[in-house]
Amino acid sequence: MEGEVVLLDFWPSMFGMRTRIALAEKQIKYEYREEDLRNKSALLLQMNPVHKKIPVLIHNGKPICESLIQVQYIDEVWNDRAPLLPPNPYQRATARFWADFVDKKIYDLGGKLWRTKGEEQEAAKKELIECLKLLEGQLGDNPYFGGKDFGFLDVALVPFYCWFYTYEKFGRFSIEAECPKLIAWAKRCMQKESVAKSLADQEKIYDFVLHLKKALGIE
Amino acid sequence: MSKAAGLLILDYWVSPFCQRVKIALNEKGLQYEDRHENDLFGGKSELLLNSNPVYQKVPVFLHDGKPVCESTIIVSYIDETWSSPPLLPPCSYGRAQARFWADYIDKKVFDATGNIWRSKEVNVEAKNEFIGILKQLEEALGDKDYFNGATFGFVDIIAIPLTCWFLAVERIGGFTVAEECPKFSSWTKRCLQRESVAKALPDPEKVYEFVLMFRKMQGID
Repeated sequence: MEGEVVLLDFWPSMFGMRTRIALAEKQIKYEYREEDLRNKSALLLQMNPVHKKIPVLIHNGKPICESLIQVQYIDEVWNDRAPLLPPNPYQRATARFWADFVDKKIYDLGGKLWRTKGEEQEAAKKELIECLKLLEGQLGDNPYFGGKDFGFLDVALVPFYCWFYTYEKFGRFSIEAECPKLIAWAKRCMQKESVAKSLADQEKIYDFVLHLKKALGIE
Repeated sequence: MSKAAGLLILDYWVSPFCQRVKIALNEKGLQYEDRHENDLFGGKSELLLNSNPVYQKVPVFLHDGKPVCESTIIVSYIDETWSSPPLLPPCSYGRAQARFWADYIDKKVFDATGNIWRSKEVNVEAKNEFIGILKQLEEALGDKDYFNGATFGFVDIIAIPLTCWFLAVERIGGFTVAEECPKFSSWTKRCLQRESVAKALPDPEKVYEFVLMFRKMQGID
């Protein structure tokens, strides 16, 4: 059933981390290939000609692109273990809605925290905190967004946890102070091997962003 | 026609996103109430604001009072709740491909039309970008009758309502889709022959009038 699984990825990418977590949850053996995004491999360009982006999941030679689509694919193919989406259609729609919300908001707002200054940065910080509070509200009294069990929305959001340190340093604020429940959730997720192994080290992310800013000529 | 209890769409006549939901429900043979938000730009209904507090946008689909938001997610929900006829292919890889193209259409098409019809002057760059996107979709279509294969399905539903805006784009941009992307044009005509689609879509001439009115309101014309 397994076949050959390859993941084209870039170590700081929260999107790549989602797929790594899903593969680890399902205990799927795969080949991890690091891409240099300034010098994309022929394989990447061939497997994702439309967007030319990572992550790309390649299963038996066939590419699947876009991280949330990869997570759903992994969940459907390896459906005999560690289910990520619940069976109930309404709960699935709710999980997809909030994962889509994460996609629409968190990456761009977080990016503004380290790319911009002054008013633009302040506005992004304010909006990011509002979005994280909205997400925090979805937890309710549950240990995970999936309820009792770790699930799709947990996979979609938890990779951003290793970027929070960077957001906090540049934005000069504490996400834990604003959203304590959310941080408690993230720490709970980090106790899972699939998450701990898949997320990058937060200090390495911060160093990476410092280097990236220099390379992009951003003050 | 089967009647399922309490199906309601919060709708706005020109929204291609609302039309996706209607087509999906029509395909499944379901009856539903279509409630029009008459004052989307001024006074949204309480039900809309309560059902979609995050975005406050249409469409909202209410199933026995429980709201589902975001058109692509609503179409997936409808497909998973009422299984016949299936809108997605049976195999996991086919489903991943369908979701990929639905996501591509969501990311690219409506904004590309907007770049043309919101522009005061004829914007050649915007026109080329729009044509490029349709050509990419033509490649995805290949020799198939529908994006879904031999039968109409998920990606077709996501794409077809956007074509009602193409007349406006053609008139303002000064080109025709039929000439630039004939395959895409044939696919459009094929879909419009389906009753589920024809019933749900507005007359493109009325969409054009709406665009002209919007341009005037925004001081573009």
